Amino acid sequence: MNFDYNEEQQLLADSVRRFLAKDYEFDKRRKIVASSEGWSAETWATLAEMGVTGLPLPAQFGGFGGGAVDLMGVMEAFGEALVVEPYLATVLAARLVARAGSEAQKKAILPQVVEGKLRLAFAHTEKGARYNLAQVRTEATPADGGWALNGEKVVVLGAPLAEKIVVSARSAKGMSLFLVDRGALKLRPYRTLDEMRAGDVMLASVKVGADALLGRDGEALALIEEATDFATALVCAEAVGAMKFACDTTLEYLKTRKQFGVPIGTFQALQHRMVDMYIAYEQAKSMACVACSRADHAADARERQLAVSAAKIKISDNCRHISQESVQLHGGMGMAEELKVSHSFRRLTMIAQQFGDAEHHLARFAALDASGA
Amino acid sequence: MDLNYSQDELVFRDEVRGWLNANLPQDLRDKVANNEELNREDLLGWHRILARKGWVAPAWPQEWGGTGWNLVQRYIFEEELGYVGSPPLIPFGLAMCGPVLLRFGNEAQKKRFLPRIYSGDDFWCQGYSEPGSGSDLASLKTKALREGNEYIVNGQKIWTTLGQYADWIFCLVRTDSNMSKKQEGISFLLIDMKSPGIMVRPLILMDGGHEVNEVFFENVRVPVENLVYEENKGWTVAKYLLGHERMGTGRIGASKRELAKLKAFAASQLGDDGKPLVQDSRFRDKLTRIEVELMALEITNLRFLDQMRRTGQPPGADVSMLKIKGTEIQQSLSELAMQAVGPLAQPFMAVGADAGFDAFTAGLAPRYCNFRKTTIYAGSNEIQRNIISKMTLGL
Repeated sequence: MNFDYNEEQQLLADSVRRFLAKDYEFDKRRKIVASSEGWSAETWATLAEMGVTGLPLPAQFGGFGGGAVDLMGVMEAFGEALVVEPYLATVLAARLVARAGSEAQKKAILPQVVEGKLRLAFAHTEKGARYNLAQVRTEATPADGGWALNGEKVVVLGAPLAEKIVVSARSAKGMSLFLVDRGALKLRPYRTLDEMRAGDVMLASVKVGADALLGRDGEALALIEEATDFATALVCAEAVGAMKFACDTTLEYLKTRKQFGVPIGTFQALQHRMVDMYIAYEQAKSMACVACSRADHAADARERQLAVSAAKIKISDNCRHISQESVQLHGGMGMAEELKVSHSFRRLTMIAQQFGDAEHHLARFAALDASGA
Repeated sequence: MDLNYSQDELVFRDEVRGWLNANLPQDLRDKVANNEELNREDLLGWHRILARKGWVAPAWPQEWGGTGWNLVQRYIFEEELGYVGSPPLIPFGLAMCGPVLLRFGNEAQKKRFLPRIYSGDDFWCQGYSEPGSGSDLASLKTKALREGNEYIVNGQKIWTTLGQYADWIFCLVRTDSNMSKKQEGISFLLIDMKSPGIMVRPLILMDGGHEVNEVFFENVRVPVENLVYEENKGWTVAKYLLGHERMGTGRIGASKRELAKLKAFAASQLGDDGKPLVQDSRFRDKLTRIEVELMALEITNLRFLDQMRRTGQPPGADVSMLKIKGTEIQQSLSELAMQAVGPLAQPFMAVGADAGFDAFTAGLAPRYCNFRKTTIYAGSNEIQRNIISKMTLGL
């Protein structure tokens, strides 16, 4: 048993943190968010140089074969700096390619992702499906030796910034995945509440070749569940970073803001709330360790799902707790766009609902728990 | 990062678990399972079984009977003790007076008291709180005036846990009332409970149980050799004790056992719709949230332990969060268990087998009442928050 990052993990996390502190400080981030592109090619190139884009990808395609634990420190640093680059979207889709793709598909995609030349997105969620990963109505029908895709996807994270999009669709045999050029899709792009880029994808008889099928026809659901759990573990680690920022900045505010002639941090009513935020952060950090560790080394899918759901329940609850308290303890200033704490509020609010809210994971945990009893 | 115990640690855990299971007497196991009141013989009986095995005070130096286990092994042992469902090891001798004597006692005191604490020959209790001194402990008023080779003690202690069983009490007393700071002028005194002038009066709690007392001192004569450390420096001793060995304060093993029992129980109870209560999503969500909170606490505790192993430094004030979360979890579990029996929570106590339900069911509501104490005792959770606020956050 140990909770250390190994030397490599620590070094990478430290250098990412240093880079972000220097080149992704709040003003710089504000400009990136306000730009028409909504991301920073320059930042992406540096992340590629540092090995961050290659970290989770197999070594034979130029990556480092890292797991969720290897990515934890990086995700925490991203969370702290509220990075808006489409990293998680790319990692999620790249994982599907790496685990389902043919040699040719992997060769065509993964080395380019490692080098920072390609960003990906995963188009899965549909209207009315909520968090049910199995509920997909988009259809894939054989056409001209390839496939025709028909349907609509919503809130595809990173879609406007991706060159290739992995699309889920139901064929006669069941859930399947297809690799599609973004240019071939009709996209309605927008900004999310937490200042990321996303979009809805309309598929009206989009024709793709036979070689676009990713993995076996009809057998994609387990892959999607695994990759989503992996991404959920990562977003838990990212949440921990954002919580750290929210706690640190609130504590700083309590020490500097004066009312009635004294720092407001001298008031016990506020001290205890600050302590509860700090405890919530430590508890969240523990559960991020559980999620990432089990995402990498679970005995089976059930053990992985139980751990990830347990973690996401706690993380979602504590995202709400910490974000709400961080604004409340800042008073009116917590509402202001100009303070970073109003941005960490939005990120934490959205993370609480990303890849399943607490209620979704409570239901999944209960079902899994009952199935093992 | 590796959240699993090593092979060696697993072997150790299995050995401990196997031995505890084989050596915990059935009658004690049943009493604990049914939340029945444990008497002096129940408590000391289990203490002595562990003492004979050499496991009753793992953290003590080996020359005084410690096991020489490392931090992780000690943690595993404590959790297994909780998990097996044994009577609690009463901390006043083993985890409080013992460590104080090891740190501050003279040779004669160590030789006189430590072996009898270890063997379970002496039952100890703690004389800290007073009617006017709860969270503000340093305001205590019980006086000890030096007269020749004796102190004459007058005053009152309150909330003295299991004082009715005790042979000895360690007390904080005021030996000098003229100091400028209230923390000065306090001394740490060991007092024989058989001394003339001591009276113990039970304080019955709302669950009907007798576990705490008031202890009155009227001209009680205490030999000066029973003073630990220097006169008027008792606060130093008290502070040491507060910071000592609080890693087990989350009581995670015991809560895991309670959770497992509650799950099994909720599967056997029917909800309003006639289906097992554990399938009722409103009940189930509460249960899962407690389970997740407990999981997080266990990992947090292990992280502290790991940090302590790496740095050699105890985690300090952060241990307070283990007390806060651990007791909140114990209370939530006792509350949900009471809820699980629905209207059957209402009959109080004297419900025999012929009344249609068992001792376990009958004990759930009193236990809920009793467990309100956990967030109050050993430094209320508000005091714990004050500690984190000051020491960790610098507020």
